[in-house]
This record gives sequence, structure tokens and C-alpha cells, in this order.
Amino acid sequence: MKYIDEYRKKDLILGIADEIRKISKKEIALMEVCGGHTMAIHRFGLHSFLPPTVSLLSGPGCPVCVSGQHFIDTAIAYCRQAGVILTTYGDLIRVPGSSSSLEKERAAGQDIRIVYSVLESLEIARKNPGSKVVFLGIGFETTAPLTAAAIAEASKLKLRNFHVLSAHKVMPPVMKALVKDGMKINGFIAPGHVTAITGTGIYKDLPEIFGLGVVVSGFEPVDMMQSILMLVRQLEAGKPGVEIQYQRVVQQQGNVKARKLLDTVFELKDDYWRGLGMIPLSGLKIRSEFSEFDIEKILPVDVAMAPEPKGCICGMILRGLKKPSDCKLFAGRCTPSDPVGACMVSGEGTCATYYKYRE
Amino acid sequence: MKTTEDKILLSHGNGGRIMHELISDFFVKHFGNRILEQQGDSAILPVYAAALAAGPHSGSAGNNKQAARGKSGLPEIAFTTDSFVIDPIFFPGGDIGKLAVCGTVNDLSVSGAVPLYLSASFIIEEGFPMKDLETIVRSMASEAKKAGVLIVTGDTKVVNKGKCDKLFINTSGIGMIDNASRLDKKISSIKPGDLIIINGALGEHGMAVMNARESFNFKTPLKSDCACLNYLIRDVLDNSSSVKFMRDPTRGGVATVMNELAGMIHLGIELSEPDLPVGKGVMAMCELLGFDPLYIANEGKVVMVASEKEGSRIVEVMKKNKLGKQSAIIGRVVKDHPGKVVLNTETGGKRILASLSGDPLPRIC
Repeated sequence: MKYIDEYRKKDLILGIADEIRKISKKEIALMEVCGGHTMAIHRFGLHSFLPPTVSLLSGPGCPVCVSGQHFIDTAIAYCRQAGVILTTYGDLIRVPGSSSSLEKERAAGQDIRIVYSVLESLEIARKNPGSKVVFLGIGFETTAPLTAAAIAEASKLKLRNFHVLSAHKVMPPVMKALVKDGMKINGFIAPGHVTAITGTGIYKDLPEIFGLGVVVSGFEPVDMMQSILMLVRQLEAGKPGVEIQYQRVVQQQGNVKARKLLDTVFELKDDYWRGLGMIPLSGLKIRSEFSEFDIEKILPVDVAMAPEPKGCICGMILRGLKKPSDCKLFAGRCTPSDPVGACMVSGEGTCATYYKYRE
Repeated sequence: MKTTEDKILLSHGNGGRIMHELISDFFVKHFGNRILEQQGDSAILPVYAAALAAGPHSGSAGNNKQAARGKSGLPEIAFTTDSFVIDPIFFPGGDIGKLAVCGTVNDLSVSGAVPLYLSASFIIEEGFPMKDLETIVRSMASEAKKAGVLIVTGDTKVVNKGKCDKLFINTSGIGMIDNASRLDKKISSIKPGDLIIINGALGEHGMAVMNARESFNFKTPLKSDCACLNYLIRDVLDNSSSVKFMRDPTRGGVATVMNELAGMIHLGIELSEPDLPVGKGVMAMCELLGFDPLYIANEGKVVMVASEKEGSRIVEVMKKNKLGKQSAIIGRVVKDHPGKVVLNTETGGKRILASLSGDPLPRIC
């Protein structure tokens, strides 16, 4: 298939691997902060192509994982309200909250519908004028513009029964927070689709202030290997910078139109990240001009912060400090069919990825 | 007991591990008997030759002796049942009726039996259009005729509007099986080196139905592969005695069937990604939605295990049938990693293919 086959060629991968081996002298740790990258590394077994000098770490790149229990508990509180239809991306359906999950709530009779696009939620709202249709907005700069577009559309159509529970987050603050936190990394494999929206300006500080290499990468194995090679080259030369490997999708200035839409509908707020705590200006909340679409304004619910499940080290895993195999629950008490932590249930979670592709 | 939920979840019906836990914790536990414990696609029922022969018209002692001698040579009965609740009931490549006939014919066929008779029970929602019912029944009749089976008994129930979704169909089927074709007895002869064969491309049913159901609006000529495989399978069994296992990879797809097999034989299985037949439409949808064709349902596919030396000949036999044009050897049984299925990826890596757990869901970023 076009744009796929070319980027999965074994000879190319082996060629890049040779080049990395040849030039890599310094011991370096590279972090990927996108669940799609974590998946690709494991799906294609990229670790096995790298020399011992290059190690890869998984960061907080799975939106379901970093939003954690409180978001699910809040979503559950909403779906239990009379007259609410909850609409969600499928990834959230099995994520355990502190005492239930959306899957269990659906079995108990709550009206919860899986959608593949937020525009389907708009359609559901249009067809069910007597219900409050709540969309669970989750994801980084990649999915947030779609939610923004839906809110703008609902506003235009005066669709007043469409609402969003926003757990949308933005990527740059957490990348800096990780480094300030003392994470020992030398470079980021930066998220391709996030950067397609944001542009590369958001990474400016990373080489200048923190001396980190940044390469914006695509998601196929050749993309990832090439990005690693580019990072190795930067770091070996002692010249960290911001480069784009994923040039067929990402432009330096990003997607100006999508960003404008984001700014129109959302504003930044301090937000809680599982395992990392509060990070200033790292979350997106709906602006007051659009508050009629913000379910937390229309129908406030009070949901207590529940403690993290006992023994679960998702927090450490999200910060790249521990590997899933370091967790006592991993692959025993905690499996994709009966998950304890969010990192196991989301298809892009680090634990689920390690479990699926474990040796 | 592994089942920990206090309510049935949709995951309990998806063909993956959670469903298997439910089956063993409830159905096998309480219904348990020697025949049910075969856990095959069909139950193989003994025909009590002596009892038949001793009946009122059985004749002389000589006949009795003959019947007793013939006991192992007498055909046995294969019996299976399946319910169909697909949504939408009409989809590219078929409808719920065609599926109900093919599903049961295939379950009988993969156990090595020749399908003969089907039952058909309908649970219909009040208000269901008569015209649609007739279309579905016609489609069942036409498929049964093609497969050479008779629909000989049935049942009709109508429930109040909203108490079922349009139409559910159950079909049960009976087939005859002779000792030589009994595949359940050959599974223990599977050994390292044996080949894994499939009769064509993966994931067409699951993706075609998904495209028809969800509002993706992908413009694709993709059709369900829904088809009766009894003649294709008969061609293979008549031409080779080296087939040791067959299964139709429906819910959970090829990866799930391979995991079940690896668990049963305590050997490893290796599949080769470059050898997997996958159509462009399925590949594109899977890439877009984050699915793996190995886990997507098929309704016109059979996966076989056959001895190394007969593999290519079986593929040639299958290619002569129009349902086997894209037949291919996709993997082999190995000594390593017993109980596990490993995929040799196109990029030269290896990864484990686990059983399906939970519905396959698309990625969100």
C-alpha cells in the first residue's frame, strides 16, 4: 500500500541500523512521547535493531493513561444522570475508574455510545433533542481541534444539547516538566501528528535551554529509525537542534487554521497529569463564550479524587522511570482483559504495548 | 473460576479469552459431559450401532454381529448450533440469512463432516418489514441449495417492539462424519514442521460489516467473504489425508484461532507476515482505524494444519475452487515457545500474537 510499504522496507531499516551502529559512541536515552510511537517501536521490534548505546524510553504519550481515574469517575457520574447520552472514543470504554468502568455502566443500562469522530456525537445530539449528549473530549493537539470544530459547529447550529467533558491536554509543558523533573534523557522523538498542528516552534527551548535533541518523527519503522539516526547524529556532533523527519506531513509552522480554531474555543488551564501531578497551563478548558457546551458548567458534579490502585506504578511508568516489567502487578493481576492501571487498558498504553508484544 | 464480573459485558461475546472463560466457568462446568468437552466446532455424537441393530426390525443374530463389527466403520453424527445477531442485517456481500446458513455449514465442515440438515429459528421484532423477511429467507434458501443442505425444521417467535433488534436467527446443523475424516482425533498428531494454510484473504467480513455499520463513509468495494466452505473442504479431505486440524476463523480472527490451537497442542506456532493474504481495502481500513487484520472476523475462511510434504499440494487443490483462489501457506508449527503464537514481521522482527482480549477498538491519537 502506498505510503506504507515504502516505509516498512527491511533493507532500508537494516541500512539505517548499520549507520546508527557505525556512528553511535555516546550512551544516549531517547524518549518518545506519543503512544503511536510506542506501538510502532514494539510492533516492529525496533529495539532489536539498535546498538546498546541507544536506549528508548516511553513517556506520557497516551492521553487515556495520563488522564487517569478521576476523569473516568467524572464520566461515570455524568452517564448516571437522567437524560444523558454519553459518547466516547472506544479507547475509554474499558478504562477502570475507582469503582466501575464505562463498559460496566453500559451493561448496567446507561446510554453510552462509541463514536469514531466527535461529529457523530453532534449527529446524535441533533437526533435526540430531549437528551443531553456529552462527548468525552480526550487527547492532545491532534484530537483537540476536532472537538473545537464540533463545539464551533454546535454553536453555529444552536445545538444546545451537545456538551463536552474536556480532558484535552497539550504536549509542550509536559515535555519540559519531565526534563525539569530530572529525567535523564538526551533527546525526544517528537510526536508527528501533534507537531503537524502545533508546528516546531514549541520545541525551541529544548535544545537552547536544556541541550536536548528533538526530531519530529513519522510512525512507520523507517521513519522511526531515521529519526533515531538524526538524533544520534545531532548528539554525537554535540549540536542538538529541532529537525523534522516526518516532512511528508509536518510543516514548520504547523496547521495555522486548526490552531486558530483551538484558540477560539479553548484556553489553557493548569491540569493534573497522572504520575506527574499538576502541570501549569498544560490542559485545555472551554472558553466562557462557549460555556453552554461545557458540561461541567451546565451540570456540575462533585467527584472525589480516589487514590491510585494499590501496587500500580503507572505514574512511574508514565515518567519513564520504570518499565512495565518492574511492576509486581504486570501480566499477573494486571492484564488487558482485566486491567488495574490505565497504562494496561489503553491500546497505546505502555503496559498494554509491552504485554501485547512481550517476549 | 476466573469470571469476576457480576454482569454480562459485550466482551463476553466477542470470541476472545473473556468469552472462553465464561464458557468454561458456566457452560462446561454445569453441562459438562464427555461430548461437550470435545469443545470443537461441532459435537461428534456416537451412533449406537448395536442399539440400532437390536431394534424391532433388526433381523437375525448374524446382522447383529455385522453391525457390531461395523461399529467403528459406521458414520457418526456431527451436530452444531449457532445464533446470528449481526447488525446491520444487510451488508455488502450478504445478509443475516446467508450468514446463518454459511456459519453452521462451515462449523460442520471444519470438523470434517458432510453437512446435511439444518434447522432455522427466527426471533423477530414486532413491526419487522415482511419484504425484508422474504429477502432474507430467499437468501437462506439459495445458500442452502448451493451448499446441498436441507432446512428441515424451524421455529418462529415474535417479540414486542424493542425487545430484540429487528431479527435474530439460530441455525443448528447435522452432518455425517466417517472415522477417516474425524479431525478431532488427528490433533494429537500435529508436530513441529506442519504447515498452517488458509484459503484466502483476511478480515473481509469484519471490515465490510464495520464499514456498513459505522458512519465512516469509506468508499470501498470491500465485501464480506461470507460463503459455504463445505465443497472446498471436501475437495481437500478427498485429496489428502494429511489435514490434522481445521477451524473457521470467525470472531477473534486467525490470531485467536491460532492461540487456541497452540494452547491445545502445547507447541508453538509461527506465522509469516509477508505471506498473509490481505486485500488492499482491508489493509487500508485497518491502518486508518488501528486494527490488525489477524484479529478481524472472517466468514468464508478456513485455517488448516497439514503435514509439511502435503502443504503445497493442498494449496493447489484449494486454488482450483473459486473460494480458494488466494490460498496460501502462512506459517508453521514449531518446537519453540510452546502455547504461543509468534508473528515474523515483514520488517524482520518477531512479535507475539496474543488472544483477543476485549473488543478491538480504534486508536485516538
